[in-house]
Amino acid sequence: MEQLSGGEMIMRALRDEGVKLVFGYPGGAVLHIYDAFYRQSDVEHILVRHEQAGVHAADGYARATGEVGVALVTSGPGATNAITGIATAYMDSIPLVVISGNVATHLIGSDAFQETDMIGCSRPIVKHSFLVRSIEEIPEIMKKAFHIARTGRPGPVVVDVPKDMTAPAEKRPFVYPETVKLRSYTPAMKGHAGQVRKAVELLLDAKRPVIYAGGGVILGDASDELRAISRHLGYPVTNTLMGLGAYPGTDPQFIGMLGMHGFYEANQAMHQADVIFAVGARFDDRVTNNPKKFCPNARIIHIDIDPASIQKTVRHIEVPLVGPVKAVLADMIDVLKQTPDTSDKEALASWWATINGWRDQHGLWTGDRYQRGEKIMPQDVIKTLYEVTAGDAFICSDVGQHQMFAAQYYKYDHPRRWINSGGLGTMGFGLPAAMGVQLAHPGATVAVVTGEGSIQMCIEELSTCTQYNMPIKIINLNNAALGMVKQWQDMQYGGRYAASTYQDSLPDFVKLAEAYGHVGMKVTNPADLKASMEAAFALKDRLVFMDIVVDPDEHVYPMHIATGSMKDMLLSKTERT
Amino acid sequence: MRHIISVLMENEPGALSRVVGLFSQRGYNIESLTVAATEDPTLSRMTVTTKGDDTVIEQITKQLNKLIDVVKLVDLTEGAHIERELILIKIKATGAQRAEVKRTSDIFRGQIVDVTPSMYTVQLTGSSDKLDAFIEAIGTQAILEVVRSGVSGIARGERVLSI
Repeated sequence: MEQLSGGEMIMRALRDEGVKLVFGYPGGAVLHIYDAFYRQSDVEHILVRHEQAGVHAADGYARATGEVGVALVTSGPGATNAITGIATAYMDSIPLVVISGNVATHLIGSDAFQETDMIGCSRPIVKHSFLVRSIEEIPEIMKKAFHIARTGRPGPVVVDVPKDMTAPAEKRPFVYPETVKLRSYTPAMKGHAGQVRKAVELLLDAKRPVIYAGGGVILGDASDELRAISRHLGYPVTNTLMGLGAYPGTDPQFIGMLGMHGFYEANQAMHQADVIFAVGARFDDRVTNNPKKFCPNARIIHIDIDPASIQKTVRHIEVPLVGPVKAVLADMIDVLKQTPDTSDKEALASWWATINGWRDQHGLWTGDRYQRGEKIMPQDVIKTLYEVTAGDAFICSDVGQHQMFAAQYYKYDHPRRWINSGGLGTMGFGLPAAMGVQLAHPGATVAVVTGEGSIQMCIEELSTCTQYNMPIKIINLNNAALGMVKQWQDMQYGGRYAASTYQDSLPDFVKLAEAYGHVGMKVTNPADLKASMEAAFALKDRLVFMDIVVDPDEHVYPMHIATGSMKDMLLSKTERT
Repeated sequence: MRHIISVLMENEPGALSRVVGLFSQRGYNIESLTVAATEDPTLSRMTVTTKGDDTVIEQITKQLNKLIDVVKLVDLTEGAHIERELILIKIKATGAQRAEVKRTSDIFRGQIVDVTPSMYTVQLTGSSDKLDAFIEAIGTQAILEVVRSGVSGIARGERVLSI
């Protein structure tokens, strides 16, 4: 039998799992692993500039491909720097394996140099974690880690490896297991047949239906099935922030994103619906507004792979359906095809007329929902981005106003094209995530939509982009303030801008980009916007940092009125529902 | 409402901290917790008593089930069950009080397991309510030290929690 060191075992396990890229940062506790890395050629290593960015990059890679992303960090500060990245992936159910070094086994618990209890630190934000206690168990732990990360409701798994477990001289027999034995972990593979029939009956009984689809559709690779069932029924579809792209954004049945900054017609339709079909969505507080007032007349069907997501916030779920969305939707389509179509076509036509009325009245795409002045409007930047990229780019967002504009004004026709930190809302996510996306799809157009606040949180990665020639396009909506914070301060704190402005301390982003060897552009005039953006995207092999100075006073609308129901929204600075 | 949840989990280091962490992380309360290995050394059995409305208890059981180390669990309070808790209690026992403590202990079917001229140590088993009643009967004035094991529970009849 083949004899390998622990470090070599980890590399072989990565190879056998089909891993092509690992994002990492070396340090004392992982040097044995790095040496094993150096002596193989199956897996490529990308050296980031900060461990947080390394995990975000692995996360972006996972979101864009559906494969497990892998990050490698050292003990102590390497491990704690990874925490924000792991929490981000956990909240959005992204499959990751994060390998952290630790001090040698005999030093654990002694407050040794660069020691931290990574298992303890990461416990609330991982799907599972492993501490390696013997070299022999490394193959099985790696197999389990990948299996747990990618199956069921996906999530990040930490493998914490004390340095002595990877010592080059300590060789042990290596066989990578073919199967996983985990008696306590058996995710559902199929939905309950009786519940599937009930769900179909309820759907056919609907007069004012809405299909409410979330990130689970993308994670579960079920966009085709969602499209098939939606087209079969002819019902309106809304996507959550995490679900954008699960259903085509340009499809006539798509009524836009729902939730706190959702489309008027989507939120109205939800509130007035008599049947809501929730698919891979978790009734997040940014969707439901006050759950006690949530869709009072709706009978709800809820498909989710995670039983704990069902009836967690909204309690009146009539047909819960635990299972993978892809399999459950496929079963529902089969039942639908065998069932006489008893749906009320007249009611549906009248429902569509009502929805179209809402759309004509206050829809984001009906005329312009905002006033143009002399300054560039952030919404126009996203619209222009959509035109210039022909709707075919990977859009990686940071967190704040720009994120909401990018969600509202870019139409995502395919899953895995909209990459953003929805659950944790991690500023600094966009650029490193885009690195993962760009490396996964080297020929694709990848853009980061960010603000001058978010981009500065992981801006050191501009150096990584230089090292690996990543031609990412950074669209910096520069309003010289932490826009979303400022918006809330305008609305709720009498315009007192506590710590949300920088007092002229912002860097010259053009010079900064150039210092890293990239192309910088500054745009201030609305008339130049489109031509500049076209010029930027024409530079296929260069990273371009577009610093776009936008109207600093713009707010994101619509916006839910706190403690209200789905239909209660502010529509502009002066209008409300 | 009070619930007694019995959990069968992998007897692995770290498994207990995941369960305890889950309760604090999600704001659930733990009234008592006991844990020890079962006849199968790879499995631990834990009993948690907790309080919450139906929504909270539903989430607790679902979230516990999600933990990879948790193999199986049951909410014992959903059916007929037996619950027991052990108490060891040091009680001042001098003068007239000495006979009174002995009598009270007998009434509750406690056993005196240690004696000095000035105190008794009483061992008592029963439901948590019974132990509370005993403490009340003795009175806090006379009590020197109390240690309670936390609740262990098992279902009545044929139902078993096993893999």
